[in-house]
Amino acid sequence: MQRSLFARQPSVLVFIGLLALFTIVIIILSEGFGLGIVSTSFIKILGKTLCLCLIAIAMDLVWGYCGILSLGHFAFFGLGGYMIGMWLMYERTKDIVIASLSGGELPATPEEITEAIGTQIFGVVGGAEIPVVWYFADSLFAQLLLVVLVPGLLALVFGWLAFRSRVTGVYLSILTQAMTLALSLYLFQNDSGLRGNNGLSGLQNIPGLTEVPQSVVSVWFFLASAFALGLGYLVAAWVVSGKFGNVIRAIRDDEARIRFMGYPVEAYKLVVFTLTAVIAAIAGALYYPQAGIINPAEIAPIASIYLAVWVAIGGRGRLYGAVIGAALVSLLSSWFTGGQAPSIPLGFYTIDWVDWWQVLLGLGFVLVTLFAPKGIGGLFDRLVRKDAAS
Amino acid sequence: MSALLEVTSISVSFDGFKAINNLSFEIGGQELRAIIGPNGAGKTTFMDIVTGKTRPDEGRVRFGEPQLDLLRLSESQIARAGVGRKFQRPTVFEAQSVRDNLTMALSNDRLPFAVLRYKPSKEDDGRVSALAEEIGLSGELDRTAGELSHGQKQWLEIGMLLAQDPKLLLVDEPAAGMTLGEREHTTDLLRRAAETRAVVVVEHDMEFVRRLDCKVTVLHEGSVLAEGTLDHVTANSDVIDVYLGR
Repeated sequence: MQRSLFARQPSVLVFIGLLALFTIVIIILSEGFGLGIVSTSFIKILGKTLCLCLIAIAMDLVWGYCGILSLGHFAFFGLGGYMIGMWLMYERTKDIVIASLSGGELPATPEEITEAIGTQIFGVVGGAEIPVVWYFADSLFAQLLLVVLVPGLLALVFGWLAFRSRVTGVYLSILTQAMTLALSLYLFQNDSGLRGNNGLSGLQNIPGLTEVPQSVVSVWFFLASAFALGLGYLVAAWVVSGKFGNVIRAIRDDEARIRFMGYPVEAYKLVVFTLTAVIAAIAGALYYPQAGIINPAEIAPIASIYLAVWVAIGGRGRLYGAVIGAALVSLLSSWFTGGQAPSIPLGFYTIDWVDWWQVLLGLGFVLVTLFAPKGIGGLFDRLVRKDAAS
Repeated sequence: MSALLEVTSISVSFDGFKAINNLSFEIGGQELRAIIGPNGAGKTTFMDIVTGKTRPDEGRVRFGEPQLDLLRLSESQIARAGVGRKFQRPTVFEAQSVRDNLTMALSNDRLPFAVLRYKPSKEDDGRVSALAEEIGLSGELDRTAGELSHGQKQWLEIGMLLAQDPKLLLVDEPAAGMTLGEREHTTDLLRRAAETRAVVVVEHDMEFVRRLDCKVTVLHEGSVLAEGTLDHVTANSDVIDVYLGR
């Protein structure tokens, strides 16, 4: 029974193919490289959507396959964004400071530069010192490493404590909500060292590439996001298709039974939880340079709940389901809340979609739960079955 | 010959109720044993203690050669040390194929990173086929376990336990809900399993126990009431009073 990954997971080839096709078409239509039909701002929306699809795959792995309903994965996504944001903001500020100081009669000393950077970045929270957490902010390599290490370590420690105490089900969900809430509240503090509620901004400007127009940068980020999504899909498919995948599904379906078969359930949960946290962090590190700004509100508890809703709507326990759910709901969401959706005047009341979108989403969630419990992805199964039967 | 499993004067109480009261039990390396007793006699709690699910308030549980103190190990460690358990309700992984169920149970490395790199070897495939043959599911290997009949699920579960290759097999009411033909097959399976390992069967059904034709331990209110052949214990007046007399 030595079958290849693609034979066991036929959706992988289809998905990678469609993703590649989609990416090429969008690049051809882009402003930066092609016909200029798709605007730069829309490229950014698409690029961000791909990142959300990637975190949805992580959510599907941890919830759909392993049965851990984590409502805290956006904390890892946000942390990934903060880690890359620190480098982006620091380096860009440094470039600006050096440029503005170069007009003086004497060349600026390193101390003067550091001080000016500190004032520039932290003046808004009443500080001038560069906090110790920014120690590595000058090094892209170090910050890229931290994108993986900080969320990975947080997930490892949190998961170890939670799983070791056999916290499961709704209690674990509440605990993960508490984690993301605590992190968000901490980051809201002005003395957290990450600019409090101002967050990090100007992240769309890539240091050293200031002459490159956003129309081109956006395409590069779009491409990187597509690549990361494809790779994430491949990794996730590999993880779930072998015996490891069988064991984590067994943990989801009957934890006690697989434990009595000799499998250390807690270790498996920890591996899956940490792996998915890292995937989420990478997604976040690609998302925020496209969004341009990150602040603590991004990792509010509700964000992680939305993530679960996307995966549920798309269909959990199938990787493409998570992608469909995340893409559909987040694109619809940005359409409805972006002011493009026409308001409906009823005379006595006007339905404004910015407010009513949430109601629509809630309604959609209820409908999917009632009529398509396997999500939109589950509808594909029916089509395939019908084909096989006919 | 020293015993494979040695349980010495264990007691456990839940909210003041003594579920197990100063119980001692021994079983040798290749032995089939039936445990019978009325509801609440402590049969399931006894299994819970041996498999690590419940910790006794006092007493000792020793297993294997060299002797391991099972009370210091976790459930998964006890399972890896060689204690397999079959639950009363057939618990197979219904969403997965018969083959996947058996492959997961094979006695290979169970740590996450080893499992992540696992590739089925010729040997493993052979073992899965042999097991499927033994439990009569050769034709069903690629079916989803959830589609099997109740009896087939019971056998699959026994097959999964055999795949684990345990030194001690604890089986909780294997014949419940089975047809006569299925019972005969189950008896055969258990007796053959006991040729190479210790098998403890907890059972209500006297006819089934008679068919097993083995030593019987009668539990009552958390202690051993009688031990011996089925004829011997059914002749015991205490046993007649508490169990058979009603």
